[in-house]
Amino acid sequence: MYEIRIHSRGGQGGVTAAKLIALAAFRDGKYATAFPFYGAERRGAPVVSFVRIDDHPIKIYSQIKRPDLILVLDASIMDSVDVLQGIKPEGTVLLNSSKPYDMKGHRTYEVDLTGIALRENLIVAGSPILNTPVLGALAKMGVITIDSVKKAIGEMFSDPRNTKAAEGAYQEMKI
Amino acid sequence: MLTIVTGNKAVAEAAKQAAPKVVAAYPITPQTEIVEQMANYVSDGELDCRYIPVESEHSAMAACIGASITGVRTFTATSSHGLLYMHEMTNWAAGARLPIVMANVNRALGPGWNIWAEHSDAFQERDTGWLQVYVATVQEAYDATLMAFRIAENEKVLLPVMVNLDGFTLSHTFQSLETVDLGDYIPPMKLPYAIDPEHPMSYGNMTGPDMHFRFRWEIERSMRDSRKVIEDAEAEFGKRFGRNYSWTEDYRCEDADVVVVAMGTLGKEAEVAVDLLRKEGIRAGSTRIRWLRPFPQLDFAGKEVVVIDRDYSFGFGGVIAKSIRANCGINVYSVIAGLGGQEVTYEDIAGFVRNRRIGEEFWFGVE
Repeated sequence: MYEIRIHSRGGQGGVTAAKLIALAAFRDGKYATAFPFYGAERRGAPVVSFVRIDDHPIKIYSQIKRPDLILVLDASIMDSVDVLQGIKPEGTVLLNSSKPYDMKGHRTYEVDLTGIALRENLIVAGSPILNTPVLGALAKMGVITIDSVKKAIGEMFSDPRNTKAAEGAYQEMKI
Repeated sequence: MLTIVTGNKAVAEAAKQAAPKVVAAYPITPQTEIVEQMANYVSDGELDCRYIPVESEHSAMAACIGASITGVRTFTATSSHGLLYMHEMTNWAAGARLPIVMANVNRALGPGWNIWAEHSDAFQERDTGWLQVYVATVQEAYDATLMAFRIAENEKVLLPVMVNLDGFTLSHTFQSLETVDLGDYIPPMKLPYAIDPEHPMSYGNMTGPDMHFRFRWEIERSMRDSRKVIEDAEAEFGKRFGRNYSWTEDYRCEDADVVVVAMGTLGKEAEVAVDLLRKEGIRAGSTRIRWLRPFPQLDFAGKEVVVIDRDYSFGFGGVIAKSIRANCGINVYSVIAGLGGQEVTYEDIAGFVRNRRIGEEFWFGVE
């Protein structure tokens, strides 16, 4: 079982990111569940969503306590939220950031998803869309395949800029 | 179609395929996605149906009753306080023998204001004459909704059916869904005493004690008859579409010394607890009760039973624990857990089994 916890702000598309990751994993032939934690969300507030990926049907509904991967769509969340809470000792971190962070020795990948979204003019209601480019980064990390990323994005969005942004992140991210 | 959707979307997809002629509904968290989706189907022309956006849940059920009594298929969805606001009309729907199908997304009741999973909303409807089924996966939410129409409209039943799914834990969880080519699995609805709007008649006149008593017995007789109809509907579903359902979902029970009983998503999580306990040498099993009404015939002979109730009857106890005690004549360890969306993990459930005290009641997180 591979468990991902996503930190984002309300309105940034963290829930959709979770769904897209699950869909891509499903297209890879895996079992997957994605779910948000719903509290008193509002636009801009820190929110958490979860993805589980496994080779077997997933029966667990409780929240992920010991994630394999922490995904942070907005690095400023780390000012108020301990995003590393519960991470497995060998767990990794993926940050939307153009600069490096020290995540207490955890293997950390940075990719400038915001920059990629702006470059592709992938902007809705004034905010850059992060949940499609992030799939390219996850494909680069080997969590899901780039073929399934394209399929998943194609199933949910008709605008080709989404796939282009994912491909951009896939090429740009250093591994 | 094989894709990833939420429990809510799965219910809406099934309801669309069942092709109701009337959907009357009022939004409420965490159900809203279902009726939004139904409204989309209607406005997009995917579903030939009258969508009535009423001003309250009481009116939603009243409108469903009015539509159903003309002999057309009707569907609605609600949750929590919305369901309770319908309560007068849910009794009427069952008493008038109308095969309305309703999805209820289980949510706690206020105060304090709480939008998360609990079974108390639907349990307050358990004596109304509605059939109630509880699901634990997105796929089952879809499958059970389809079966609900076939069961409700069967001439031996003609009672409304409520499909229950856990608020957020299932309603907002994305899982895989495989839809079916329905074919003639749900036959056309034939209401034997439907009102013909072209030839209006009066219903609901004063009924004396003798006839009223008989009407009540007719509900119970149909509830008893529904057992075979449910079994047939589930068997036929398995034959046609390859997914099998029964009164309960039993996991590793055959040689179990102790069985965990739960409903909804906690019943699935319990299976993971069973695997954990088996590794420790505890011969555990789990039984997920799917039907609350009619209540299944259960047999736990030779086993200890740990019951998790996501509900409570104040001054009485956990409803499922007491029901099993009454029906099976056995003492159980009654665990009250998961109220108001309280997080309950498989590790917690394994702990309930390890620390069981048969005959006692335990409030998780309080005691």
